[in-house]
Amino acid sequence: MSMIDALTGNECVAEAVRLCRPDIIAAYPITPQSVVVELLASMVADGKLGSKVVDVESEHSSMSVVKGAAMLGKRVFTATAGQGLAYMYEPYFSMSTMRFPMVMTLACREMISPGTVWCGLQDALSVRDAGWMQVFCENNQEILDMVIQGYRIAEDHGVLIPINVCYDGFYLSHQTERVELPEPSEVDAYLPPIDLPQYLDVNEPAIVDPNTVGSFLIRYREDHLACMQHAKSVIADANREFAARFGRDWGGLLGSYRMEDADYVLVTMGATTGAARVAVDIMRERGLRMGLLKLRFMRPFPDAELADMLRGRRACAVIDRSVSFGWDRGVLSVELAAACGAHGVELPVLSFIGGLGGLDLRTEYVVRAAEMLADAPAYLKDGAYWMNEDFLGEELGK
Amino acid sequence: MLKMMAASKGLVTHGVSSCQGCGIELIIRNVLDVLGEDTVLVIPPGCAALFSGTGPEAAVKLAGIQGNLENSAAIASGIAAGFRHQGNEHTTVCAFCGDGATVDIGLQSLSGAMERNENILYICYDNEAYMNTGIQGSSSTPLGASTTTTPAGKPVGSKDLIQIVMAHGVPYAATASVADLGDLRRKVKKAKGIKGCRVLHIHCPCPTGWGYHSSKTIELAREGVDSGAWVLMEYENGRVKLGRRPSKLGHAEDYMKLQKRFRTAVGELTAQTNERIISRYEYLEKLERLGGE
Repeated sequence: MSMIDALTGNECVAEAVRLCRPDIIAAYPITPQSVVVELLASMVADGKLGSKVVDVESEHSSMSVVKGAAMLGKRVFTATAGQGLAYMYEPYFSMSTMRFPMVMTLACREMISPGTVWCGLQDALSVRDAGWMQVFCENNQEILDMVIQGYRIAEDHGVLIPINVCYDGFYLSHQTERVELPEPSEVDAYLPPIDLPQYLDVNEPAIVDPNTVGSFLIRYREDHLACMQHAKSVIADANREFAARFGRDWGGLLGSYRMEDADYVLVTMGATTGAARVAVDIMRERGLRMGLLKLRFMRPFPDAELADMLRGRRACAVIDRSVSFGWDRGVLSVELAAACGAHGVELPVLSFIGGLGGLDLRTEYVVRAAEMLADAPAYLKDGAYWMNEDFLGEELGK
Repeated sequence: MLKMMAASKGLVTHGVSSCQGCGIELIIRNVLDVLGEDTVLVIPPGCAALFSGTGPEAAVKLAGIQGNLENSAAIASGIAAGFRHQGNEHTTVCAFCGDGATVDIGLQSLSGAMERNENILYICYDNEAYMNTGIQGSSSTPLGASTTTTPAGKPVGSKDLIQIVMAHGVPYAATASVADLGDLRRKVKKAKGIKGCRVLHIHCPCPTGWGYHSSKTIELAREGVDSGAWVLMEYENGRVKLGRRPSKLGHAEDYMKLQKRFRTAVGELTAQTNERIISRYEYLEKLERLGGE
């Protein structure tokens, strides 16, 4: 029996961690994630959570500590954002390539410079090729649910890859929403008992992770990529069983909205999806057959699934809260183009970049993007439209 | 593969690939001999990584991990937390790191581990530069020593690791030297029996990097101790205890002239080195007296 509560995104992370009961937690506070660390410390101090907590002096050490504990087969947790993620990049990469499953939440934050602490997905997306799975959440309920699902997916013995549960900093981390909080027994029944490989054993001594020649290393990468692909079916199963037990179906790799007969498709990630739902409704009221695809998993990337959903549509528009330096587009736009190319789907793609550095990605902006999408041939161009403060004025004056 | 005609003694194998006369080999053989099989090692990249090995071949018969250069103390903390979670109070978690991985890039994570008083044994073998990568200077490189990044001699002195450690108030810390293996083994044994964060700082002459004949490692280490360039001491329960008084305190020239790295450090720098050695030793003596009162 779930309890109804009003929680911020950060509170949802802490509640989900309480329900998943990791053995070891090491996390270092950073805006906008800090409340997660504070709440976990309180839960442990109050006896509500039995995890061993290591109060580290940096993010580099938080990931290194949980890596040490993972060597003993422990379930571990950490959380960070922005600069903290950049600082822990070295052990972050090694955590995934050593195939230690864990959940790390990211209260996503724009990257410096110029100086900023506000929202953007640039932190997580900049490390999308560091071997982790990454899922992006639309609202606080999804954050809570994906931390729980995250442990199940990551710890699957056919996967054994860590996962980032990503959510828009401030927009979700600090916003209060209605959330259904499952009972511990329900989560226990959903999650497998902790059964992870233990690599440090004084009775069977071996040195783990020594320098490794390329002929071995390339096989590690082959296996990692194969398991990442296998994870797609594990993600689907985890979603299906979660939906059956808890009544919430997030769609697995991809979420969709009013897609059945859609000619035009908006494609979004994270909290922007909420504005896009409104835009789709508005366009439908105007008689346009528009739908929405919400990319949930950036890694593994649902290339075939996305291409299949776009096949036969008239046009799509991608709204990114990130940039891909060297492309005149955002990250999702680039990834979507690659998926379409790889699977022989040809359709016009409009790219939009907005919401950087905490800039509001206003519903009017998304509605305007939807209007441009409905008239796509007129708006096709190389590169992205910038949803800056001139966006509406410029486009309306066109 | 070589055919092994006889099993190696102790926990370190035959035929490790360290340089001839390397101090680390003596240190690790003795340290692991005292610590025994119920030990988990954390070794960062550096000369000691010759012992964690390459691919499927390791030179130590222990469980362990090769971590990154700066996070040995943090990985060790995580392993210690895992053992705590298992209720395992007997296995020694030993980080075995060089000076670069300790006083330079690893100082932050070591500081955190000392503050938290993690139940780990942190050993720094100090060969006073980044030897494994080609003798680049570290913050442990002494005044006037020539390295590939301080070719004209290092213009500043070294960090005082043991005092940094003492400032954290750890339950036990000590310095040791390959010049006195009995003393080294006694300190490792003592450290093994204490709970909390223990730090050993071991002087480790390096024939390749310091420029002396590989047969002179012990002799050189002894000159280091006799001149006070390396001070043997212990820190326990807040009290400093110095080892035997250096017989040639303030005469580091005998120590320095044996090493090519000090070739450029003649005259004024030698005098400065001796002044530093004397003032540091007198300060440590004061600390020892304070503890005795």
